[in-house]
Amino acid sequence: MSGGKGAGHEGTDSSRAGTDAREASRADATGTAGRGAVPGRRSRRLVGGLRTRLVVTFVVVALISAVTATALAYRDARTAVLRRTQDAAVNDVRTRVTAVAADFDLPPDQRSLSRFAAKVSDGLGARIVVARHQDLVAVSDSLADTEARITAELRAAVRAGDGARFQRVMWRGEPYLVVGMPVTYADGDRRSSGLEVFVITDLRAERDDTAALLDSVRAGVVPVVVLAAVLALLAAGTVLRPVRKLGRATRGLAAGDLGSRVAVRGHDELADLARTFNETADALQASDARLREQEAKARRFVADVSHELRTPLAAMTMVATVLEEDADQLPPDAARAARTVGAETARLSRLVEDLMEISRFDANAVRLNPAETDLAEAVRASLALRGWADRVETRLDEGVRAEVDRRRVDVIVANLVGNALRHGAPPVVVTLGTAVAADGTWVTVEVADHGPGLPPEARERVFDRFYKADAARTRSAADTEGQGSGLGTAIALENARLHGGTIEVGEGPEGGAVFTLRLPLRRTGEETR
Amino acid sequence: MPHVLLIEDDASVRDGMELVLRRHGYDVDTAATGEEALALLDGPAGGKVELAVLDLMLPGMDGFEVCRRIRARTAVLPVIMLTARGDDHDIVTGLEAGADDYVVKPVTAPVLEARIRAALRRAEPSGQARSAEADLAGLVIDRAGLTVTKQGVTIPLPPTELRLLLELSASPGRVLSREQLLESVWDHTFLGDSRLVDAAVGRLRAKLEDVPARPRYVQTVRGFGYRFGPL
Repeated sequence: MSGGKGAGHEGTDSSRAGTDAREASRADATGTAGRGAVPGRRSRRLVGGLRTRLVVTFVVVALISAVTATALAYRDARTAVLRRTQDAAVNDVRTRVTAVAADFDLPPDQRSLSRFAAKVSDGLGARIVVARHQDLVAVSDSLADTEARITAELRAAVRAGDGARFQRVMWRGEPYLVVGMPVTYADGDRRSSGLEVFVITDLRAERDDTAALLDSVRAGVVPVVVLAAVLALLAAGTVLRPVRKLGRATRGLAAGDLGSRVAVRGHDELADLARTFNETADALQASDARLREQEAKARRFVADVSHELRTPLAAMTMVATVLEEDADQLPPDAARAARTVGAETARLSRLVEDLMEISRFDANAVRLNPAETDLAEAVRASLALRGWADRVETRLDEGVRAEVDRRRVDVIVANLVGNALRHGAPPVVVTLGTAVAADGTWVTVEVADHGPGLPPEARERVFDRFYKADAARTRSAADTEGQGSGLGTAIALENARLHGGTIEVGEGPEGGAVFTLRLPLRRTGEETR
Repeated sequence: MPHVLLIEDDASVRDGMELVLRRHGYDVDTAATGEEALALLDGPAGGKVELAVLDLMLPGMDGFEVCRRIRARTAVLPVIMLTARGDDHDIVTGLEAGADDYVVKPVTAPVLEARIRAALRRAEPSGQARSAEADLAGLVIDRAGLTVTKQGVTIPLPPTELRLLLELSASPGRVLSREQLLESVWDHTFLGDSRLVDAAVGRLRAKLEDVPARPRYVQTVRGFGYRFGPL
């Protein structure tokens, strides 16, 4: 702490006071926005969230791999089973036919052909054997319908070729293997004897085997998919937990908690993101601290300057009256100079006092000193003290009593009325009343003038420090009230806020600016001291 | 010719005040430090001083300590303190140290002079005392001689506290608001600081009451003000 004597407890910490309200309103605004967005955001997150997407992707991938693997395995297994069956069937047929055909006489008659078929069938188990020689047909199982299973295509192939041929056919919904082979003469030139043998093998057992494979795969897919979903959830958890933490930290930062950080774990992309977030927050906090420090320094400087100005001003203020009292005895120029010095000393003194007052608000070094007060009396006293009683019209409800700091209410009334007298046109009307609103009962003090009023853009800025509304609001330079410090409305507003009240500015029904002070009406009959 | 002691460290302010007060017909002694002021009060000229104007911010011994020591030496010398505006803590501490009134710097000559005049008036005999002496449950207030004795022991009171006691005891049992007391005792017509009253009541109780926390003579009426008794 630097500064002159006694500045010690004024400028200390805290530019916070001034920014608190702004922060609060900002936090409030984001809070509201957040609240409003949550339901929509959450339901959208359920549908399109990372977790859902991961689970769906995992399940789809698991299904595709399972189905693909199963399809390939099924195809290979089926092919292998069928080939083995075919090869065995063809071999069996060839061996048996060769053995039986050796002592078979051509041309056969129906009886010998039937015996041939039966003989072949005997060695081949439960297979149906069909033997053909030109128009003669013999079937080992006379009851079986064989024509539908031995296709013309196979017959043609057997007739044309010289080896065994086979074909799988579906007959009445069941699979069969039909092997056909011509019987050739064994004398070397392998001439066809015209005798053809067809053997029908039942493939149901093989089909059932491969179907069982499909069943077991189908039974296995469900746990695999469930497992994939569980794995997806776990993976989503490991990804989402840091993301959620980061989200929380970001929201904290947005709400004004600049100390919000996330713990960095691991070396993955999310850890990088978390590190970047922390660095950003560090930078933000540092620059915020720097700004706050600069702001505090600036405010402290104002407080110190005002304080340093006060001592010489105290001497000047004291002797200025001497000059003014003796002005009449001075030569005209000196008299005018003396009066100017007197008036300007008073103005400078007012400015320094106001600067110090606003510095105290900035430094949060103000305290309310409330006492139960008759407000009509307080308003009248404020006007009388400044000699305004004749120039201001009053409409005061009697008997309005509230716990207020009387000195601060005087400051507010003096600033608002002084402002109206300086910048507005008469009549200036002060109205005191009470208003019941949703948030309690309020004391209202309305200060209305009948001047040109304030344009909307000036209304927002009229409480800014040293804000001067346009020339239309300022009357002649030779104003009887002198000039304000430019801090009057700002100080009035700070004082109102200290009471938990506000000052609003608007327009009267016949034009003119209307400043309305609202202070909470505390319960009467209660003493705080 | 009222005699005023001015205790202020800044030479320009001191000179300015001295100039103004002399013009208004006061005899003025000045001191730049508290030590100097106390030495002057102890010296041959000390008896002539009728009022002290005391800046709270002094090098060396601070104004509060000076005020306490002045009270210890001469219980009846009125003290007006000069303070920075809004330094509420200083004001309360100064009043507790025994100051009768305060003005905030920068102060104009008419305001300072009016406050000095009011404080001096409190120290004058009122002259309109109805009963010279009143015995109120062991407390004897001599309105003409301006002395207060309790069980035969004289209690020296500074003029503000004495006036406050006279005002309250003039109509025992009647409640006087802080505003009324400010007007009648301090001559503050508008917007006096009610803490002046509270501080003076506190100092008065410390001297009069057997148990200052449970006062018999000067009682608080919550929400309204103070009253004397009922005993």
